[in-house]
Amino acid sequence: MESELESMREYFKSGKTRSVSWRLSQLKGLLLFIKEKEAEIFEALKKDLGKHPVEAFRDEVGTLIKSINFALKGLKNWMSSEKVKLPKIAVLSSAKLVPQPLGLVLIISSWNFPLGLSLEPLIGAIAAGNTMVLKPSEMAPACSSLLANVMTTYLDTKAIKVIQGGPSIGEQLLQQKWDKIFFTGSALVGRIVMSAAVKHLTPVVLELGGKCPAVVDSFSSSWDKQVAVNRIAVSKFGNCAGQACIAIDYILVEKKFASNLVELMKASIKNMFGDNPRESNTIARIINKHHFLRLKNLLSDLAVQKSVVYGGSMDEENLFIEPTILLDPPLQSEIMTDEIFGPLLPIITLDMVEDSIEFINSKPKALAIYAFTKNEQFKRRIEAETSSGSLVFNDAVIQYAVDTLPFGGIGESGIGRYHGKFSFDTFTHHKAVTTRSFLTDFWFRFPPWNGQKLMLFETVYNFDYLGILLVILGLKRCKRNLDVI
Amino acid sequence: MAGSEEKEKAVFDVDAASALVNELRCTFASGKTRSYEWRVTQLKNMLKMCDENEKEIAEALRQDLSKPELESVVYEIGMLKNSCRVALKEVKHWIVPEKAKTSLTTFPSSAEILSEPLGVVLIISAWNYPFLLSLDPLVGAIAAGNAVVLKPSEIAPASSSLLSKLLVKYLDSSAIRVIEGAVAETSALLEQKWEKIFYTGNGRVARIVMAAAAKHLTPVVLELGGKSPVVIDAGINLQVATRRIIAGKWGCNNGQACVSPDYIITTKDYAPELVMLSAIKVSFQFFLAFHFLPCCCSFSCFFNCFVLIQVDTLKNELERFYGKTPLESKDLSRIVNSNHFTRLTKLLDEDKVSGNIVHGGERDKESLKIAPTILLDVPQDSLIMNEEIFGPLLPIILVNKIEESFDLINSGTKPLAAYLFSNKKKLKEQFVMSVSAGGLVINDTTVHLAVDTLPFGGVGESGMGSYHGKFSFDAFSHKKAVLYRSFIGDAAIRYPPYTTEKVRLMKALIGGGIWNIIQALLGWGKA
Repeated sequence: MESELESMREYFKSGKTRSVSWRLSQLKGLLLFIKEKEAEIFEALKKDLGKHPVEAFRDEVGTLIKSINFALKGLKNWMSSEKVKLPKIAVLSSAKLVPQPLGLVLIISSWNFPLGLSLEPLIGAIAAGNTMVLKPSEMAPACSSLLANVMTTYLDTKAIKVIQGGPSIGEQLLQQKWDKIFFTGSALVGRIVMSAAVKHLTPVVLELGGKCPAVVDSFSSSWDKQVAVNRIAVSKFGNCAGQACIAIDYILVEKKFASNLVELMKASIKNMFGDNPRESNTIARIINKHHFLRLKNLLSDLAVQKSVVYGGSMDEENLFIEPTILLDPPLQSEIMTDEIFGPLLPIITLDMVEDSIEFINSKPKALAIYAFTKNEQFKRRIEAETSSGSLVFNDAVIQYAVDTLPFGGIGESGIGRYHGKFSFDTFTHHKAVTTRSFLTDFWFRFPPWNGQKLMLFETVYNFDYLGILLVILGLKRCKRNLDVI
Repeated sequence: MAGSEEKEKAVFDVDAASALVNELRCTFASGKTRSYEWRVTQLKNMLKMCDENEKEIAEALRQDLSKPELESVVYEIGMLKNSCRVALKEVKHWIVPEKAKTSLTTFPSSAEILSEPLGVVLIISAWNYPFLLSLDPLVGAIAAGNAVVLKPSEIAPASSSLLSKLLVKYLDSSAIRVIEGAVAETSALLEQKWEKIFYTGNGRVARIVMAAAAKHLTPVVLELGGKSPVVIDAGINLQVATRRIIAGKWGCNNGQACVSPDYIITTKDYAPELVMLSAIKVSFQFFLAFHFLPCCCSFSCFFNCFVLIQVDTLKNELERFYGKTPLESKDLSRIVNSNHFTRLTKLLDEDKVSGNIVHGGERDKESLKIAPTILLDVPQDSLIMNEEIFGPLLPIILVNKIEESFDLINSGTKPLAAYLFSNKKKLKEQFVMSVSAGGLVINDTTVHLAVDTLPFGGVGESGMGSYHGKFSFDAFSHKKAVLYRSFIGDAAIRYPPYTTEKVRLMKALIGGGIWNIIQALLGWGKA
């Protein structure tokens, strides 16, 4: 492995990956892969997660096409140096910020959006001109194999490598020296990644998760209610069966609206996913037995079981769990303390919807907070009084598709961000370059020191141009006694 | 009383640290630090603190480092006041949310990026610029609305103690606290959960800081150092270049600065244009650079080796700045303590290099002073070339062609700064392209620190993250993405059950014809 990485470093040193043409060709290669191998991609996602092609297109393939096009369009701009303003006193000097690739980077991706979460960071790393190693999740083997064996045929494999494997390969990779590590996954492994990065002082981006709450206010208009409920239902159950870092984890609603919400949700679920969602393939399956049992275990508590008001049936053989709604499970139960990552939706009722702010703040910071409300004052309060990676009003999950918004967490939900130009920036070093002329210098810059030189510094720092003149002309004297100490 | 003081000092352990953080979290939760007025008041008070205590600060710095008063007033207090002023002027703009463009994908919607404070942050500072490196990050943390714990370096004890006293007097101690101490206290602090840790210092301790941060997934800014090289090309105004190098090296805490020129790389070759130019410039220099004192580099014109001309120029300028007995000059800082003094003398006394000293080398253990020292043509495997010098020793490395210097620099770890003195456009471009460092300066040294529109930070071993100006504000802020959606115009294609029709429409939305898109937007697509 070391020799492979060494040759990648040599390749980076050769400067090949820094040219605009190389970056564009790789991005176009990625685009071609996605377009030409769409059928294979759908198949792999179906195999690994039971995703319907429309869901796969909407969440992974389509968003990747959009992201690549955005990068292709913006690349030249992103790569150009940015002139920096200097004060007038800096005569005949100039400064600029020069974006430069970091070098050799490592991308470790997750299993729930195995294509999306591998390639979105890859787009950024390529656009920034780096060489990279991608380690897809072994828990989505069909996709991992597709990336390692098919995608690489569209790319420059001297600069972009895909290394498949499980935790032991991951560990080996983490021991190497990288210029950046980009990790998507759980907070537990996030800590392991960051601790490993310490050895070489490698900066990291950690895209983690958390319990993303959805606050649902009461609505007078039934249209609004319906739209809100539809968006909640699709964001929870229609997004990899709730196995998404930004899926709605639980709902907060006022007591008096709760039963109405439950009824509307039931209807919406039936409408969207049909009476037999497993057959209609509108909901993905659970990734593997381990997670299936984990989710099953969340419902094993008697008190939690009692709170199930819809769904609850599980098919272990097919790793399928139907959309399940719970009403007020005990707050100490695991389902309310751990990130659910599955199609179980607890609804917690509160006396007043404003209490949701305190509730949310009692838990670690989430990757996203969703608030369905038309109350402007409440919106302002949520904005100012809660903290999360992102905040969406009246919808959920959709912020993932906005290229102009940074996508990342805070606190337990992560470090760093990407998407759009933020992806480029995350894999770039913005180097400050200052240029001076030999023709201008200030003699007071050099020792031996005296009071006049000190005054000149002071006036220069204050951009007090008149003051500078006065000191030079001897009309302003130094009040300090430099020898008093 | 001494007894109870000692007791108090001994008590800052993990429990005390935990209680401190909890207290600050309560303050932060109250929303106090988020108000614009609070931030402005703290920054104004910091300015006042600098103005009213200049003498005391300069005295503390003289005690800790024998820092010349001008360096204290200009580089520490002056730059800090500048930071405060910039923040005071700009914070009202910085806190305004940034609008983000939204596209058809989420139509109709609007979006913005909101800067919010992180919460409770820890700033650990260094000993070489104890005031600047403690308070400059503090300016950013306050401007961004956080509660802060500052841990100044114990290696500069007078400064640490003065900082502690002054911050209590001038700033809001319900939100801003100073904890003095060494390893034990720092470890106790590092066990806590912070929203951010800002560390200035060396790579070894940085790893300890980052490892502690990893336990809580705390993001860090690490401002470290490295061997900042100076490449000197032929065909330049050597006198101006030399002065700038001296100002950046010995004029900055006697070489004890993270961006001090660490070593010089230049060519062995004879550079005839230089000699000619030097001769012409000797007579013209009267008009150059507002300078009125005579140049003393005439002798060097007769040597036919470029590097010897450089050494000669350095010697002359050093003498002009610091006199014939630099150990007695009041314009040079001393070495901070005997540990570093021993470290530096070890570098000088190594067999491989002790014969290469061409200037200086004098030292006085009692006063912890080392004279400006130049070493010529030291071997690559010497101690002095394998660690950051952080002192008044300047080795000169020779290469055959100037372009080789870039490979030499890139063969080591990435430094915090790199400097080039050249008039050749192509060489400058190559330098910028191929040398990776935190920041580069062409034809000068260290000045980029004073530019608040430039991010100041390292890359690779020299650090991660950056600050100064708005970058300080950003370093201590969370940029929250906010998306506002309305209830009208939902695309039915978004929802199951999924049909081939929906696939068609979705594809149209991603990159299709106008009519298809309109249909999709208005939800006219068949369900």
